[in-house]
Amino acid sequence: MSNLVTNAGHTHVDGHGHDDHHHDSGEMTVFGFWLYLMTDCILFASIFAVYAVLVNNVAGGPSGADIFELPYVLGETALLLFSSITYGFAMLALFKGKKSQVLGWLGMTFLLGAGFIAMEINEFHLLISEGYGPSRSGFLSGFFTLVGTHGLHVTSGLIWMAIMMYQVQKNGLTATNKTRLSCLSLFWHFLDVVWICVFTVVYLMGTM
Amino acid sequence: MANAHSHDSHDAGHGSVKSYAIGFILSVILTVIPFGLVMYPTLPKAMTLWIVLIFAVVQVLVHLVYFLHLDRSAAQRNNVIAFVFAAIVIVLLVGLSLWIMFSIHTNMMAH
Repeated sequence: MSNLVTNAGHTHVDGHGHDDHHHDSGEMTVFGFWLYLMTDCILFASIFAVYAVLVNNVAGGPSGADIFELPYVLGETALLLFSSITYGFAMLALFKGKKSQVLGWLGMTFLLGAGFIAMEINEFHLLISEGYGPSRSGFLSGFFTLVGTHGLHVTSGLIWMAIMMYQVQKNGLTATNKTRLSCLSLFWHFLDVVWICVFTVVYLMGTM
Repeated sequence: MANAHSHDSHDAGHGSVKSYAIGFILSVILTVIPFGLVMYPTLPKAMTLWIVLIFAVVQVLVHLVYFLHLDRSAAQRNNVIAFVFAAIVIVLLVGLSLWIMFSIHTNMMAH
């Protein structure tokens, strides 16, 4: 009987106390997501280490300086940086409770992110069609693994963002949606941080 | 967490138009200069390399502060501790891996 009461009490808290619920488990959720991002950092660090070990093994094929086009990479960087600030504006609109603005900024962020992915796919396609695919050399294996892993993360972020736009459209700016958008915010800005390391270590140092 | 709703640091928790704008402008500067130096080489190579690396580190810090809202507030303490721990792991992981692999490389070449 006392169990039943306790359980009922918990259900009540979970189901209703929206604000308290948000402050307690919402913050913990975002902190937990931050811990996941830290492990993701370590994944990327490992792949960066692999790339650094393989970068000189060109096996008679092209080196970074032969295949990288910095103006193109600068364009990709610009798209990702703009998408970071538009997501920031979506978060500001979220805390002001302006649903249509949130949707607008999220939509713009999505388009910028999709533009980045389109440019990356185009770059990979050109390299592979010239015979410089990941199987050509150790350097290209490392390059495709590192840049491809980042691209896959951005793609996951885009799918997540599309789902969030649907949920905000349908359910509004609920506590749950705020928590989810906060997690996605961390994810999106985190990917921009990883991209800084990618363009520095891969493209800039590879071209020098 | 980035958007900690602690009541005393309401604004600090999730930034403002101004803080995002500052972060964005700093990021543009910290991106354009290294790209410019590599695309139009004017400085010695070693110096260019150091500038590129230092600018990248600074830009990562700019993103952490202005976009991910890491700061010294109580609400952010756990996030900062987790980040510092991850950074130590990364330095050891990458640094020692490269040390080992390049030592092997050098020793193999000697034979």
